[in-house]
Amino acid sequence: MDLDLNAPHSMGTTIIGVTYDGGVVLGADSRTSTGMYVANRASDKITQLTDNVYLCRSGSAADSQVVSDYVRYFLHQHTIQLGQPATVKVASNLIRLLSYNNKRMLETGMIVGGWDKYEGGQIYSVPLGGTLLEQPFAIGGSGSSYLYGFFDQEWKKGMSKDEAEKLVVKAVSLAIARDGASGGVVRTVIINSDGVTRNFYAGDTLPLWHEELEPVNSLLDMSSPEPMSS
Amino acid sequence: MNSFASKEGPGTIQIDSERTLYPYVTGTSVVAIKYKDGILMAADMGGSYGSTLRYKSVERIKPIGKHSLLGASGEISDFQEILRNLDELILYDNMWDDGNSLGPKEVYNYLNRMMYNRRNKFDPLWNSLILGGVKNGEKYLGTVSMIGVHYMDNHVATGFGNHLARPILRDEWREDLTFEEGVKLLEKCMLVLLYRDRSAINKFQVAKITEEGVTVSEPYSLKTFWGFSAFQNPTKGAEGSW
Repeated sequence: MDLDLNAPHSMGTTIIGVTYDGGVVLGADSRTSTGMYVANRASDKITQLTDNVYLCRSGSAADSQVVSDYVRYFLHQHTIQLGQPATVKVASNLIRLLSYNNKRMLETGMIVGGWDKYEGGQIYSVPLGGTLLEQPFAIGGSGSSYLYGFFDQEWKKGMSKDEAEKLVVKAVSLAIARDGASGGVVRTVIINSDGVTRNFYAGDTLPLWHEELEPVNSLLDMSSPEPMSS
Repeated sequence: MNSFASKEGPGTIQIDSERTLYPYVTGTSVVAIKYKDGILMAADMGGSYGSTLRYKSVERIKPIGKHSLLGASGEISDFQEILRNLDELILYDNMWDDGNSLGPKEVYNYLNRMMYNRRNKFDPLWNSLILGGVKNGEKYLGTVSMIGVHYMDNHVATGFGNHLARPILRDEWREDLTFEEGVKLLEKCMLVLLYRDRSAINKFQVAKITEEGVTVSEPYSLKTFWGFSAFQNPTKGAEGSW
């Protein structure tokens, strides 16, 4: 495999993290592929690190799982020592430490999102290489390529919780439409001072995009007078 | 004697046979000049991911202690790690509480050692660094590359800046530039880089360091010029050319 310095590794998945006025919304698709085969069509890529901090995983499933397991373990101990919930910044930095110090071996890009009482809702991006960047919103995974233009246009500061979640669902759904490595359902996790809410959007609850047709049970159920016109 | 005895400690496994890596999230040129009162440094705020202009608010110039500014191009994660190392260095220096503080000369030397030592292990920090500062009235401006090549000059640049900005600076730099003249000169360089460097973005920060201290400007964008008549219909009279 030739090393093309100009081509980033594309990673199966679409993951998104968005801050809104009061918290964050994390979103992801649910497709895990091994080569061309879809190994899991309903995976959960939004993983809990603590009660108030969650992680969106993309890239190698194994690498992202092991990193999140270590960080969950460290954060558990940290919370006990600290006597209060860990901050989002600390959780993100732990992810960064593992990503950076093992950059030769790992192939995973992650988005950390959560809420703490000091800084409120925050989103941190940890792409390949182990850079740590706080952002008002972040996108990652192979499907994110199709969303840069969308977010450049649609992102607004100070959205409400519902506006933010609608944006995330719309975006993941658009990415699924064009990215072969993304698919399945859209999962969202909303984190704020009140706690955590998990949502699930599938099939007919998602909008239809260009050249997509309304799904039916069978050709035979279609109400068109001439379903088999020549 | 077992000639295949491994030298690693308990539990460690050497997996990296070839340790020179490739960068992922990268910053492009940094340009810096000495001027009348100190140093001026400019860089855009882009973090590219291959050919994608992925991050557009990356601060690539940071103050170090009271007397220095560090600008970096190359892998952002390595730059962040360098900043952490320097933070620790400055902290330990402050803990002596002896009235002395690390100046640009010392920081520059530390950076040089750090970069060269990593290069010797075939495991470089993938950055080109510019270190500028003022201490006791003396101005310092130097650059250190990822392989440890280092030098000081009245004007320095990294990456594309070496090819596009330094020729301009060789022509137009003077010892007694005022702040305004210096900023205009740097902006001239950054504009050329914006036109001609594919990884440049139109969002800049300019930083100034003088004996008084450090200021890093708010992000801002420059107006670009496209009004050459030749731009209107460039292939007129030679259809099919470009």
